[in-house]
Amino acid sequence: MYVAVKGGERAIKNAHALLAEDRRGDTGVPELSVAQIREQLRLAVNRVMAEGSLFDPDLAALAIKQARGDLIEAVFLIRAYRTTLPRFGSSRPVDTGAMACSRRISATFKDAPGGQILGPTFDYTHRLLDFRLAAEGQDLPKPATADPVAGPVPHITSFLNREGMIETDRPGDELPPDLTREPMELPAARALRLQAITRGDEGFILSLAYSTQRGYGRTHAFVGELRIGTVAVELDIPELGFAVEIGEVELTECETVNQFTGSKTEPPQFTRGYGLVFGQTERKAIAMSLVDRALRWKELGEDDTGAPAQDEEFVLMHADNVQATGFLEHIKLPHYVDFQSELELVRKLRAEGAAQRPEAAE
Amino acid sequence: MTASVAPTDPEDRRIWMGVLARARPERLAELMPAEPDENPVILRQPEIGTVMVQGRIGASGGPFNLGEMTVTRCTLRLQSGVVGHAHVQGRSKDHARRAALVDALMQTDRAAQLRRDVLEPLAQEEADRRRARAEKAAATKVEFFTLVRGEDR
Amino acid sequence: MASALTAETLGGGFDDAPIQSARAFRAALDAMARPGRIQVIGGAVPPAPLSVAAGTLLLTLADGTTPVHLAGDADCDALRGWITFHTAAPLVPAEAAVFAVGRWTDLLPLARFATGTPEYPDRAATLIVEMPVLEAKGSVLAGPGIRDRARLTLPDPDAFRANHALFPLGFDAFLTCGSRVAGLPRSTRVEDV
Repeated sequence: MYVAVKGGERAIKNAHALLAEDRRGDTGVPELSVAQIREQLRLAVNRVMAEGSLFDPDLAALAIKQARGDLIEAVFLIRAYRTTLPRFGSSRPVDTGAMACSRRISATFKDAPGGQILGPTFDYTHRLLDFRLAAEGQDLPKPATADPVAGPVPHITSFLNREGMIETDRPGDELPPDLTREPMELPAARALRLQAITRGDEGFILSLAYSTQRGYGRTHAFVGELRIGTVAVELDIPELGFAVEIGEVELTECETVNQFTGSKTEPPQFTRGYGLVFGQTERKAIAMSLVDRALRWKELGEDDTGAPAQDEEFVLMHADNVQATGFLEHIKLPHYVDFQSELELVRKLRAEGAAQRPEAAE
Repeated sequence: MTASVAPTDPEDRRIWMGVLARARPERLAELMPAEPDENPVILRQPEIGTVMVQGRIGASGGPFNLGEMTVTRCTLRLQSGVVGHAHVQGRSKDHARRAALVDALMQTDRAAQLRRDVLEPLAQEEADRRRARAEKAAATKVEFFTLVRGEDR
Repeated sequence: MASALTAETLGGGFDDAPIQSARAFRAALDAMARPGRIQVIGGAVPPAPLSVAAGTLLLTLADGTTPVHLAGDADCDALRGWITFHTAAPLVPAEAAVFAVGRWTDLLPLARFATGTPEYPDRAATLIVEMPVLEAKGSVLAGPGIRDRARLTLPDPDAFRANHALFPLGFDAFLTCGSRVAGLPRSTRVEDV
């Protein structure tokens, strides 16, 4: 039971002022601008956009500044802001086949048509601290240029598709469920699961995905394709009678190819896991596709091994870090009355126990 | 006062609305510093909201909700009765109002001038930005070799 | 579709949506919290035959996720275009409506409207009933939000008694006339006089 407490107004006000001073840090050091965070801490911005479920790099950068770099707090700020905005509508589904890719790799086909493009990646770096970055104002290396491939780059899994070696997704245009508008109901459709995972906590999704690799609901995943780039977003405008582009978003898409020996209803073939996340967020996108695939055990006729990543309720009800931190952190707030009643109870039990013990000894 | 001209080709309009939506607000303001003396009636005040972006399951299956993006919209009417709409990415009300005004004026005899002074520079700069990004990405294209190991010989 | 979008359908929205919709929302909340107490709202200038109050409620409460049913005369091109432009609400048959607007006789039979489910009683329709007169006299109301008794002109007291009998299911209603609005949630009892 919750019992309200009053008071502490001045202390709270002073705490907020102290927070503001600590946020600023040493005033001898120049203040960070939101634009600096947006441009130079872009992967943090991307994570806040993905988990905050709102694509707006300036807002995400502001949230990171306000939250002093606490990304879950920043996600919370974005979620809270989002609720104040009217929603004009839903876009047409984005066409990731038409993505302007700045990165596109495959772990399954080295000679993928369209080529493998490494893009701005940490892969193949030596993970040695670069002390030159500690010295400001150094010259940047100038990236090389080459002629790009003309036209859209097709999805690599579409080549497996031609041989009938991989399952195909049934296209459709039904309105998908939206967990930000309707309470989650289980069992959840795949569309709802994907929405929950793409906005879920990166650490949680990563750990679940890792657990499947270590054997808790193993699905033998390969990254068929990972691509990062921008796609256009189109919205149907009723008053115009046609769809217009309202902007573009950066996305990371991961398609895993999973070994599948067949079941009573399906022939041996490859199956797929899918990840699609706002921004350059490839760890999350890969993890998402592994968790998506693990959750599909039922529809593919696989065995339930009792693995956490196969447990839809466990995954979906615990993926959201704002929900999780809200419930977790509230236990530090005043619970004086609750605790008083527990104190009373324990005292009473001890008193009863003490009263009974001499009798038992006799 | 501008006169309305022949009916606008929807495909043409779709393209220029996209260019205006993707334009950087500061750049659009530079290319169109003062609002021409049109005194438009604002039918829908510039309003900040969101659009839910959908993806497709497995890139080709049914839709799912990926997350929202911020969008600002505006609708206005010129004195001649021509209506301009805008839905632009981000939270700039100024951007939405300017884009709606260009959309309206593009349906009048001002179209050729605006196409030359505003839309073409925006489209060109966007194409240049995209090309530059694609060229840098292309330079990171890799050819992997699989090495033949002894036991495979 | 585009042909219906005349100056009439595009005009008549809020001039200052955040303020006007917040005020109207507060008035709508008060109307539902104090059944029978008449509130005055405004800001919208909808095409005929919709009242200012009904138009303001729709601009405030409806959006792309709340299907709207237009009953009788309200189902006209001008209003269809106006609601689509200003709210993006899908226009639907009575059975699928979250909001339904029209005169009482046009809204009948009421059995068509959603009354919620035991798990989700909120998944019920809200009727916006356009009234020829709306005054604090006539039927006697009692229940949550009413200190003692309230009086309100009702189109058909028996229909609201039957609706209250479904509680916690049932539809909710706003009664509108000009710029006046009163709430009649399903929790309100209509007493025998």
